[in-house]
Amino acid sequence: MTARVGVVTFPGSLDDGDAARAVRIAGAEVVRLWHGDPDLHGVDAVVLPGGFSYGDYLRCGAIARFAPVMETIVQAARGGLPVLGICNGFQILCEAHLLPGALTRNQHLHFRNRDQVLRIESTGTAWTNAFQPGQEVLVPVKNGEGCYVADPATLDRLEGEGRVVARYVGGNPNGSQRDIAAITNEAGNVVGIMPHPEHAVEALTGPSLDGLGFFTSVLKHLVGAPA
Amino acid sequence: MPRVVVDVMLKPEILDPQGQAVANALPRLGVSDVASVRIGRRIEIEFTGEPDLDRAREIADKLLANPVIEDFTVHVVTADETAGAQS
Repeated sequence: MTARVGVVTFPGSLDDGDAARAVRIAGAEVVRLWHGDPDLHGVDAVVLPGGFSYGDYLRCGAIARFAPVMETIVQAARGGLPVLGICNGFQILCEAHLLPGALTRNQHLHFRNRDQVLRIESTGTAWTNAFQPGQEVLVPVKNGEGCYVADPATLDRLEGEGRVVARYVGGNPNGSQRDIAAITNEAGNVVGIMPHPEHAVEALTGPSLDGLGFFTSVLKHLVGAPA
Repeated sequence: MPRVVVDVMLKPEILDPQGQAVANALPRLGVSDVASVRIGRRIEIEFTGEPDLDRAREIADKLLANPVIEDFTVHVVTADETAGAQS
């Protein structure tokens, strides 16, 4: 049976098309989800794409968190539904308290847009099990508010529990504490990542095909997961 | 109509690059006696009935501020104190 992966579109989402494409290339069926519809239409996993949901008014992700679809996703994520939040999606997951900490304005105030090397630190999550521990991948990064912050106790806990999923290598593009590019929740089903794996799935448009691993991981996870 | 004002500020330990950028621009105005600048947000709420501070606190805690990185204060102001009425 083909896995069904939902991709949410909020008003202001930009990368929902690329996320859907990445899901399809990885071999899953894409189900487009709408922010105003609380029904998840029976999907096996969800991607929250990048962009500027609700214009990023107030704070990035602050208003999207209260979208009808998010209320269902938050509940389902607590029950184990795999959820990947990319860029704006990561911000939404933090605002929804599915992940600790917050994303703030890049320390240097500049929007950063470049190809970025990441080191995969944790392969125990639903979205990174296709990688080797310590594997370096190349994916685009593009953000204005990607500086990950949390209090020192939270950062220590994330590190101690192996919940730092990926770190920036060869330069930190936004000032994130401890070079954190991606983190996961305690159960490993929810992952937030600031760079964009969905833009690195095809030779024509991406700097590599490394991003595909995030999407094939969730398919592997779903095959192994109890029904 | 009295309003509730919510002031949201980044916590002291959170870096405020916006404030730093403004502080760094001040010498260009000839201002050299400012030690630091922090930028926050002021939100004015008008209730349909009486101003409700507890309700405002709830709104601030859930939506207007992110308690992970921001602190907020709430207080009631009368019409002539609100930003729109200032000369």
